[in-house]
Amino acid sequence: MRSLSLVPPALAEKFPANRPTVGYGVHRVVGLETEFGIHAPAHPEASHSVLSLELVNAYGHKLATDGTNVASTEWDYNEESPLSDARGWKMPRSIAHPTQLTDRAMVSDDGQEVHMLVNLILPNGARFYVDHAHPEYSSPETTNPIDAVIWDQAGDRIVQQAADHIAASDGAPEVLLYKNNTDSKSVSYGAHENYLVARDLDFDELTEYIIGFFTTRQIITGAGRVGIGNLNQQPGFQISQRADFFEEEVGLETTIRRPIVNTRDEPHAHPDAYRRLHVIIGDANLSQYSTWLRVGMTSLVLSMIELGELPMVELAEPVKALQAISHDPTLKTQVLVNGRGWMTAIDIQRIYQQAAQDYLNRYGIDDDQSRDVVNAWAQVLDLLEHDPMQLADRLDWVAKYQLLNAMRTRHKLSWDDAKLAMLDLQWADLRHHKGLYHTLVARGAIRTLVSEEQIQQAMHFPPTTTRAWTRGRLIDRFGAHLAGVSWDSVLVRPFRSGPIQRFHLMEPLAGTQDHHDGLLAAGKPQLSLDDTAANRAEIGRLLELLQPYRVTGD
Amino acid sequence: MAQEQRRHAQRAQENYLPDPPPADAPAPGAAAAQTSDLDSLLDEIDDVLEVNAEEFVQSFVQKGGE
Repeated sequence: MRSLSLVPPALAEKFPANRPTVGYGVHRVVGLETEFGIHAPAHPEASHSVLSLELVNAYGHKLATDGTNVASTEWDYNEESPLSDARGWKMPRSIAHPTQLTDRAMVSDDGQEVHMLVNLILPNGARFYVDHAHPEYSSPETTNPIDAVIWDQAGDRIVQQAADHIAASDGAPEVLLYKNNTDSKSVSYGAHENYLVARDLDFDELTEYIIGFFTTRQIITGAGRVGIGNLNQQPGFQISQRADFFEEEVGLETTIRRPIVNTRDEPHAHPDAYRRLHVIIGDANLSQYSTWLRVGMTSLVLSMIELGELPMVELAEPVKALQAISHDPTLKTQVLVNGRGWMTAIDIQRIYQQAAQDYLNRYGIDDDQSRDVVNAWAQVLDLLEHDPMQLADRLDWVAKYQLLNAMRTRHKLSWDDAKLAMLDLQWADLRHHKGLYHTLVARGAIRTLVSEEQIQQAMHFPPTTTRAWTRGRLIDRFGAHLAGVSWDSVLVRPFRSGPIQRFHLMEPLAGTQDHHDGLLAAGKPQLSLDDTAANRAEIGRLLELLQPYRVTGD
Repeated sequence: MAQEQRRHAQRAQENYLPDPPPADAPAPGAAAAQTSDLDSLLDEIDDVLEVNAEEFVQSFVQKGGE
């Protein structure tokens, strides 16, 4: 299937012909990943991998109990791996037996090893799985910052619902989840962003231009952290959760010698049309506003880089600058920019914001989402400069900083008081009655951009504007007839007999609701395995619909 | 030129060095903290905050990810 484009044809005509671009304004294929902190306070000896496994299985069990399909249970890594059929599995026994929370294989009463699911692909098109020692939610592909927020927040609800499901089991250990990025001892875990960019864009050029942006965007997108240093060596507050864990400018690693620009390149899409920019420098945001600006500003910057129109801000020492900026919540710290002199992060962000505004004007891009981001970006920079605390109703780090300062004043605490570290941690607690972010939202002290109904809907339904729609709706409707699903492939085995039929969805903008409505429409009943003429006819229609993606030569 | 470079180097040291631990002086935002809204919010947070903060924070140990 040929590659499609998000860029309206009239706009594409105005773009320089020698600069291929796969997005415009804030519109771009994007997906957000979150690794959650996981903690069983009563079982400090519990393996985090096993806890994460429990959580993923609990959600699978919950969906199965609710009558919802989770079609693929073993991620289709290489397409040749045998696909296990885990339908009909039971709640793992260890959930009722906290003593079994170890790395030992779990064994059922009859001595059989209990089959555990490490991967779920959900009806909303997302992936929920165990990544090392953390549960991870990877959102489905979306095409704009508001949708990115909605499906990111849906992930927060999904993992918490999984923990609630464990809690409902008799004698179960309490499993708590945190949307943060460090235990403030020595360990950091990620919240990654993925943006598709044009394959023809030179990666060295992309890197050169984006480092200045990635180093300074934290003043808007930071989540705030109590403690300074990767080992928490020094008491205090800093803007970013992640800054102290970065050591390099560019590199492939994500767990050691972390780089500001990560070079991992598995596009999960047509490799000759797309590169996936895997961004590891961000903080996990609870605030919708922070997430929205993180995705919106970054998308705008990428749109300008693709066209070769982003101003160059070359930091003399990016890694040092990253940490110096993070360590100064007064925002007065200046960093050296080659050819421009000493500048604050606000000064540098103003260059990018102004460029984005000029870019929208130059090409007459005036859709609401792009305009809203560029205007909010300007307003936030003004407030950061003149009265940052006014942003306590919008930005994670400012809201957290205001609370911490108020608490310090009230109880006369020094920065190394455990109460402040507790506040930092509990900010990110996903339980609505315990989490401080959620407490502030409930009081109306933090702005939201989307409704709770939209988020709840997104827990069960995929975005309509990408192939995630086909993935999610297939799982919901035809789950029993699927043998495997990944970001870019679907394996169908009608009635669980005969050979597996393979389909590749290499174009993320194909298989949207517009392309495939009808057969996959919401509200249609799940297709059972009953071998009836009516069901055969539906499968026939499905195979016809998937025909353009069929992998031949099997 | 050499003088300019020295000045830059000195600026660099001043700018890139981590801030000293802030004194327990009134912090930015403390003024806003006086508002009754924030006061009642703090009451609520005092209620909801884990009581065994020290132990809880100590026990929150994570493994690497990514």
